[in-house]
Amino acid sequence: MFFHLVTRRTLVVAVVTCLLAGVRDASAQFELAGAWAPLSTEDVQNDSVPVDFLGLPLTEAARTRALAYDESQKAMIERQCMHWGAAYMLLGPFGLGIASDVEPVRGRVMSYTIAAWEDRMSTTIWMDGRPHPSPYDLHTQAGFTTGRWEGNTLVARTTHMKAAFIRKTGVPLSDEAEINWRFYRHGAVLTVLMAVTDPSYLAEPYLVSKSFQVSPTPVATLTPCVTTFEGREPGDPVPHYAPEKNPFADEFMKLYHLPREAALGYPETQYPEYRKRIKDGYQPPPPCKGNCGVAVNPPPR
Amino acid sequence: MSRAHLMLLALVAAALAGPVTVRAQRQGGPPGGPSTSRTAAPAARESAPIDLTGYWVSVVTEDWRYRMVTPAKGEFRRIPVTPAALPIINAWDPAADERAGNQCKGYGAGTIMRVPGRLHVTWEDADTMRVDTDAGTQTRRFRFAPPAAPAGAPSWQGNSAARWDRAPAGAMGGSLHVVTTNLRAGYLRKNGVPYSAQATVTEDFDVATLPGGGRVVVVTVTVDDPVYLARPFIVSSQFKQEPDGSKWDPTPCSSTW
Repeated sequence: MFFHLVTRRTLVVAVVTCLLAGVRDASAQFELAGAWAPLSTEDVQNDSVPVDFLGLPLTEAARTRALAYDESQKAMIERQCMHWGAAYMLLGPFGLGIASDVEPVRGRVMSYTIAAWEDRMSTTIWMDGRPHPSPYDLHTQAGFTTGRWEGNTLVARTTHMKAAFIRKTGVPLSDEAEINWRFYRHGAVLTVLMAVTDPSYLAEPYLVSKSFQVSPTPVATLTPCVTTFEGREPGDPVPHYAPEKNPFADEFMKLYHLPREAALGYPETQYPEYRKRIKDGYQPPPPCKGNCGVAVNPPPR
Repeated sequence: MSRAHLMLLALVAAALAGPVTVRAQRQGGPPGGPSTSRTAAPAARESAPIDLTGYWVSVVTEDWRYRMVTPAKGEFRRIPVTPAALPIINAWDPAADERAGNQCKGYGAGTIMRVPGRLHVTWEDADTMRVDTDAGTQTRRFRFAPPAAPAGAPSWQGNSAARWDRAPAGAMGGSLHVVTTNLRAGYLRKNGVPYSAQATVTEDFDVATLPGGGRVVVVTVTVDDPVYLARPFIVSSQFKQEPDGSKWDPTPCSSTW
């Protein structure tokens, strides 16, 4: 009788263990943790020339606010350490330092944390099934992110971000914005797709993808931001331009011979039809004379 | 048989059923579809873990200045070229390309996914996926089975060997992996930044469903070129699915636009 009981219990434990092991295998489809170096092969921020809103599907409200932006705002002490929002993870120039937090008993990943940079807070992707907080809960620069595996894709969603910028040139993102992420790994390359929605400032989802490569060395992480006097006293008015008074409104489009509606982020400029529309009016800029690119010798093969 | 024995039997059955399901998913068989033969692998079309067929439009949010318009002659920022590429970059002459019948140099496999346009993805046969582009009216064939004939002469779209990369055990989904060789030399950008005939183009296609509906394909393209690239040139592009081909607008290759 005792032997019979032990055998049965052992078998039940074994079966349940098998089932749990299956669940665990399905929960983590590739190793996300590690150092992912930027490739710098894609241009998503252009040259940070004022009034460069290329490739953004902006609403009229966003365009108006962005045209009112004065770069001198960054000199204000209270704004110097105003970190970028979560979207800067893809739009910025840095790599991704990702760590996983593993629950010790069953070995399940509870969260991934993407390390901060000097101007972006760390992002934690909660993998433990917790819900998003109430819409009225605390908003931070990084926001609140949850994730789950769908096949071999990590799917994540970020809400509760503070109002911030989506481009250095002052293009705003509201605190109602959401970001949906997809992380795909192919060998040593990690490709991240970001779909940003914002009922106030984006006319349609802003889709951006960017790839990173496994790095044998750690990628750059946080250097604390320290404020200092940069010519603006506390309490000074916020530098800005009145409507139709931005002196740089034409600078970017003239520099590269670009159509006005493209530089100003009209949504239709993202699609191939627009390319056909401007075909007859476009004059390419003169040959490149400086900052044209850098040729390098390949490493020995 | 006691109730305890029955419960035990059910648990064992459940445990065994799990791996069977996993095997079925890994082979990509459609739910309720025909059972997989033990002797012959299912065709690529039948075992597809993701559906790429249909019409897709590129969404140009990155490299706008290099893709939607032809950038300035001599600009190759962000492409890791070797010094050997510089004479070609600086000698770029679109009219000469046009006269020589090389107007499709900016539409080859090394760059076609970056050209703003639409893709029409269909199955030519059970093991060949066909990708047509309206920009430049190019046709690519992703062959899942080994080719029956020799590779033939180099071409703008080369020869593409494809395979499905399936999600690990117990999960649905996957991606398409394509390696293209036997290419004619082409341009990575319209303004004459070259890749050579020795280049290899590796592509990974992933699909995402967006909240609120809509599907997106993300293509990660890696161009390796021992002649003109100091390291692999890797970029990713995204395409939104369209309900039909009503916006399909074939246009020929052009060097000047």
